[in-house]
Amino acid sequence: MHAAVVVFPGSNCDRDLAVAFEQAGARVSMVWHKDTKLPDGVDIVGVPGGFSFGDYLRCGAIAANSPICREIVSHTDKGGFAIGICNGFQVLTETGILPGALLRNAGLKYICKTVGLKVETSQSAFTNGYNAGDVIDIPIAHHDGNYFAEDDVISQLKSEDRIAFTYTDTPNGAKADIAGILSSNRRVLGMMPHPERSADAGHGGTDGVALFRALSGALSLA
Amino acid sequence: MSEPEITPELIASHGLTPDEYARILDIVGREPTFTELGIFSAMWNEHCSYKSSKKWLRTLPTTGPQVICGPGENAGVVDIGDGQAVIFKMESHNHPSYIEPYQGAATGMGGILRDVFTMGARPIASMNSLSFGEPAHHKTRQLVNGVVAGIGGYGNCFGVPCAGGEVRFDPAYNGNCLVNAFAAGLADADKIFYSAASGVGMPVVYLGAKTGRDGVGGATMASAEFDDSIEEKRPTVQVGDPFTEKRLMEATLELMQTGAVISIQDMGAAGLTCSAVEMGDKGNLGVRLHLENVPVREDHMTAYEMMLSESQERMLMVLKPELEAQAKAVFDKWDLDFAIVGETIAEDRFHIVHNGETKADLPLKTLAGTAPEYDRPWVETPPAEPLADVPNIDPIDGLKALISSPNYAAKQWVYEQYDTMVMADSARTPNIGSGIVRIHGTDKALAFTSDVTPRYVKANPFEGGKQAVAEAYRNLCAVGARPLATTDNMNFGNPEKPEIMGQFVGAIKGIGAAVKALDMPIVSGNVSLYNETDGTAILPTPTIGAVGLITHTDEIIGTEVREGHVALVIGDTSGHMGQSALLAEVFNRIEGDAPTVDLEMEAKHGAFIRDNRDMIKACTDLSDGGLALAAFELAEASGVGVWLDSDDTAMLFGEDQGRYLIACNFDQAEALMLAAGRAGVPIHSVGKFTSDAVWMGNTSTASLAELSEIYSSSFASAVA
Repeated sequence: MHAAVVVFPGSNCDRDLAVAFEQAGARVSMVWHKDTKLPDGVDIVGVPGGFSFGDYLRCGAIAANSPICREIVSHTDKGGFAIGICNGFQVLTETGILPGALLRNAGLKYICKTVGLKVETSQSAFTNGYNAGDVIDIPIAHHDGNYFAEDDVISQLKSEDRIAFTYTDTPNGAKADIAGILSSNRRVLGMMPHPERSADAGHGGTDGVALFRALSGALSLA
Repeated sequence: MSEPEITPELIASHGLTPDEYARILDIVGREPTFTELGIFSAMWNEHCSYKSSKKWLRTLPTTGPQVICGPGENAGVVDIGDGQAVIFKMESHNHPSYIEPYQGAATGMGGILRDVFTMGARPIASMNSLSFGEPAHHKTRQLVNGVVAGIGGYGNCFGVPCAGGEVRFDPAYNGNCLVNAFAAGLADADKIFYSAASGVGMPVVYLGAKTGRDGVGGATMASAEFDDSIEEKRPTVQVGDPFTEKRLMEATLELMQTGAVISIQDMGAAGLTCSAVEMGDKGNLGVRLHLENVPVREDHMTAYEMMLSESQERMLMVLKPELEAQAKAVFDKWDLDFAIVGETIAEDRFHIVHNGETKADLPLKTLAGTAPEYDRPWVETPPAEPLADVPNIDPIDGLKALISSPNYAAKQWVYEQYDTMVMADSARTPNIGSGIVRIHGTDKALAFTSDVTPRYVKANPFEGGKQAVAEAYRNLCAVGARPLATTDNMNFGNPEKPEIMGQFVGAIKGIGAAVKALDMPIVSGNVSLYNETDGTAILPTPTIGAVGLITHTDEIIGTEVREGHVALVIGDTSGHMGQSALLAEVFNRIEGDAPTVDLEMEAKHGAFIRDNRDMIKACTDLSDGGLALAAFELAEASGVGVWLDSDDTAMLFGEDQGRYLIACNFDQAEALMLAAGRAGVPIHSVGKFTSDAVWMGNTSTASLAELSEIYSSSFASAVA
């Protein structure tokens, strides 16, 4: 698996995501936001957490207009895989690759803690290492993780089995307890919690390992 | 535009005394210009010149085989083996945070992070020691919420994990909160960058954000007492931009790799003035600045304003001229300003030119080196009155009283607002005791702690100073770390009052004795004086930040306590109740002497813990709140109960020093007893860990669930 991790000037989980990919056996290329091309042969694009452009204007809004995002849109349009974590999820919604938006947390405060996530579907390259219904512990760290979409979008996500994860005890007001969603072709995952922070027994637990392993398994065969 | 006339009022408004002004006349040999007056006020205020504290700071032990660079640079540098170094410092942002809590605290974070990465280190951990007024005071809630949000807003965006800290409340901080920010970074020991310029005619380069009028006169504001006019001082508080700081860090570290940096200095207090003078002074060179080349974000800025602006996220660097193009390319990549604003000169002058006009022309060495230094009169703090009887109370009632207070309740409300896990190397996030951050890509880790018990320092500055260091030492030993070195952040009232100066001197002496005995030299620090409002001083608060090394993560002492584990206490308990948490929180009595710290015993007990870590399942030091609070905290963190075999108030809540609480299984307890016997270390079985209730003696009890609920909710209900 060859993973590209995008680096915006305010990304701060880029290294963490690269390490998690590498531990799952991937080769990782770091890609600068001003680049106009993804490296050849990239299997998956990772959009990491952080504050891409300082969260000015709206989280992810400026990043979504950066040169590399045009390439990411074109990559996913062609059926390429992508994962956006935290700020990366915000960027993917701002580009329109994923539906909905991430609003300010209902409590109006930044929250960093480990929360319970329910795996809603195992039907994707990201989640097939889990069983639907599994509850896993994954850290969150965000100020704007309150997922919102119109009711018809939520119904569609549900009916198409595209809700990847829900919170067992929603910390941020997210509609339908949504923590992560899939694209319609199930090849793009956006999630607010940080699986890369739970991929190492010495830091934050290991419940996120299965996600990277499943991905590596699926994409190495591809 | 004509500059204001130099009048006695103008001089006084710059915080300069008539004596100090006479010295200026002597140095300059004529009446100074307005800009020159501003430069002197910036260099000579307490905040920048340490004029009241220097004499005493010099007495602190600052060297040791582990120290690569002690105080005097932006931060201290300590060897951690394998060619690596940890670089750290703690610094206050008290006055700005009281005036404008969010931005004051945010820019405090910004300043300390800059101190660390200026030296070539990537920040890997932060801590915050916060002191607020009583929860019921009308300002407290706003200050707590603003300060915590400001620290989080800056640190989270910048991307440095919070590894720990302290939060306390006391009426003595009603008019002056304390915000002490700590940062530590990692660098290769042979790639540390210092501030001394070298070479004549070398370009002086301005890096980072543009200069505005924010913070003009900030350092002078931080060197005065508050009165009811503080609202007018709000414009002297700077505004932080963590996104720019993050880019400045990345660009600076990248720039350093190009080899283009001769010397570098961040622009902190007194901005361009302080940084340029520092680089020239350390390199025995003069500096000429052409202010028209300074990137500005406001129109018509005067030389005075540019020289005194404390706009954030800026650095000054002396550049190898042949590498200018490469250096500029790095800053272009990160979309940051890069401007050559001056040059080093052979003459000993600080020469400021604006649009061809000389605005200041001063002897640089004299400006840097002859700041006034005062041997302020001081009086020894009188010995505390003996403590009157403390009645016995029901121990569970005592515990409930402690954990109902925001001083001793769990602090998740605070730490959940900070990113404690970014960089994915947090082996232990803030809870009880030290935080631990792994050194990326190695088996090593660093432990971090921040400690002081201001009540002790007030009652007995010498013992209180010792105790702050001893508690830091214990917190590091309790996780299995070897204490390495210390940074001190000295927060006191008005040093012109002999009794306040006496607190300072006593605390310095105590800290000095302790860091020497425990081999934790002071490598950096900061002094914040004049923490008084309307003549009322804060509690003397010498915050100690300390770092310990764990050579392999396997050596970390764990936290998991199970039902059936034995509870052992290392060290003897006599039941010292003077200045204790119980006395203050339950009886509202601030009485008696601080506990005495036996430094030899501290070193011995700490070594015992480290040497026997394999036999310890979990460990915590005993500090304020005594055995009762420590046992509850340790049990609660693992979701188990505890039974302690005493119901005696002094034995449970006494604050004797040099003690640790250990949880281990029965076989380990036997082995530890034997080892302690051999080492001559007192060890006592005090009870055991149980399923779901806390017992003290055989009648006083409460369920873990009830206590946990109080413990986890009291902080937020007091201040949120």
